[in-house]
Amino acid sequence: MTAAGSEELVALAGVTCRYAAEDVLVDVDLDVAPGAFVGVVGPSGSGKTTLLRVIAGSMQPARGTVTRRRGLRIAYVPQVETIDWSFPVTVAQCVLMARVRGRRLPWPSCAERAAVGEILARLDIEHLRDRHIRELSGGQQQRVFIARAMLGEPELLLMDEPTSGVDVRLRHEILHLLDDLNARGLAILLTTHDLNGIAAHLPHVVCLNRTVLGAGRPADVLTPDVLERTYGASMQVLEHGGMPVVVDSFAHRHDPVTGLSDRSVV
Amino acid sequence: MDELLRPLQFEFFRNGLMVATMAGALCGLVGVYVVLKGMSYIGHGLSHAIFGGFAASTLLGINFLLGAGAWGVASALMINGVTRRRVIASDAAIGVITTASFALGLALFAFFDGEGASFDAALFGSILGVGTQDVIAVAVVSVMASALVFLRYRALLFTTFDPEVADVSGVNTARMDALLMLVLAGSILATMKILGVTLIAAALVIPPSVARMLTNSFSRMLWMSATIGALCGFAGMNLSYHLDVQSGPTIVLVAATIFGVIFMATSPLSRRGQRRVRPAA
Repeated sequence: MTAAGSEELVALAGVTCRYAAEDVLVDVDLDVAPGAFVGVVGPSGSGKTTLLRVIAGSMQPARGTVTRRRGLRIAYVPQVETIDWSFPVTVAQCVLMARVRGRRLPWPSCAERAAVGEILARLDIEHLRDRHIRELSGGQQQRVFIARAMLGEPELLLMDEPTSGVDVRLRHEILHLLDDLNARGLAILLTTHDLNGIAAHLPHVVCLNRTVLGAGRPADVLTPDVLERTYGASMQVLEHGGMPVVVDSFAHRHDPVTGLSDRSVV
Repeated sequence: MDELLRPLQFEFFRNGLMVATMAGALCGLVGVYVVLKGMSYIGHGLSHAIFGGFAASTLLGINFLLGAGAWGVASALMINGVTRRRVIASDAAIGVITTASFALGLALFAFFDGEGASFDAALFGSILGVGTQDVIAVAVVSVMASALVFLRYRALLFTTFDPEVADVSGVNTARMDALLMLVLAGSILATMKILGVTLIAAALVIPPSVARMLTNSFSRMLWMSATIGALCGFAGMNLSYHLDVQSGPTIVLVAATIFGVIFMATSPLSRRGQRRVRPAA
């Protein structure tokens, strides 16, 4: 990693990453500007989480450079599926984990208590501060981990699949919350499988499958050609209210009801 | 009452009682991390691995704490390294390293015809061989473990709960894992004579499991687990003397009984608690 005085928060140039002998990312070029709201889409195993790790600095690239703005504060919100929900921590204790530097004493200072209370209030979960993390709804759980990330006052928030496995209402709730945080100046880069529910609503989308296959506004990037190269499957793109709507296109080789073959379903 | 206090007139029993109480607290404290990190199998395996070092140092006439200590540290670092590489499943890697070491210990004893009191004590624990050196060893490891938990509380908690984000947040998780493994190896080494390698795992797992049933707070779980471990060590050692049964089994049976009682007592509560586990308004 190098630091530079460039305008971008993070700039990746020719980044290649490997697990064992396998290349997970190949020659990735990507810039994240201040205030950006970027969605990274791609199939499972396309390197989305690795990209987040490289940007966060928890993984070093085998080749290429990662340039972060000097003193950049980055926060990372993992997939909620990776969390041990039976772990004995309350909401406030979980959020306080972000204060791992500086004070060594186990118990929080008055200033830390106040900071936790403030961030929980900002995310409308202050009344839950003494609840065990298992006793929360999906949206509340996501807010707790966003609160933990926000306690470090980051300039860039990295989120791994924030809407994985959530229903439509919760997806809207999370998207609105992130939109609000972005409007206050926080740059956000998230990964998602949800092309229509999330990616199409963001100002900037990156299609990734080991390398960047397309980047820009959803209307410019979510095209049949780019999506087929990204997912290796044919997709159709419709338009609704000025936004792209991605539709799987596949052919039944055999219809179980009619017995007819090659019936196109779109 | 006199009958209960009578063993305290013997120095070996006073040493054994002190060591058992401190060992219980130590294993209870370290065990919280072992249980929450899902390292129970590592604790079990490591105690068996150290048995190889115990056998080698006994037969070579080397100081037990030095010989088995070096062996234990090497095993702990090797297990830690193998589990972090994720090339093969961690349980399989631990199985290979620790059972090979345990088997080597058994083979050494068999080859040099070294079986006897020390062999049984290493396997099942005994108060007979406990001396001042053992009291000091357990006290030193207990102080070191407590200091680590106190001074690195936040980093250890973050590493235990969410290692990936802890790493991104600037915590050296590899160092925290290595420190935990070293403390675990030290704890096993220091408590081996009193608990025995085959029963140490229970002392590491049962008190934290009981504490977990009683609280949802990490900090409370730490002191509750250490207290429960100390109580089990104290009560188990007294029972060991009066029932004339080895110390390891009695300490573990006391712990298992407490586990059973708390499990039964909290089951209806946990069922009610689970019904409460629904989205908060």
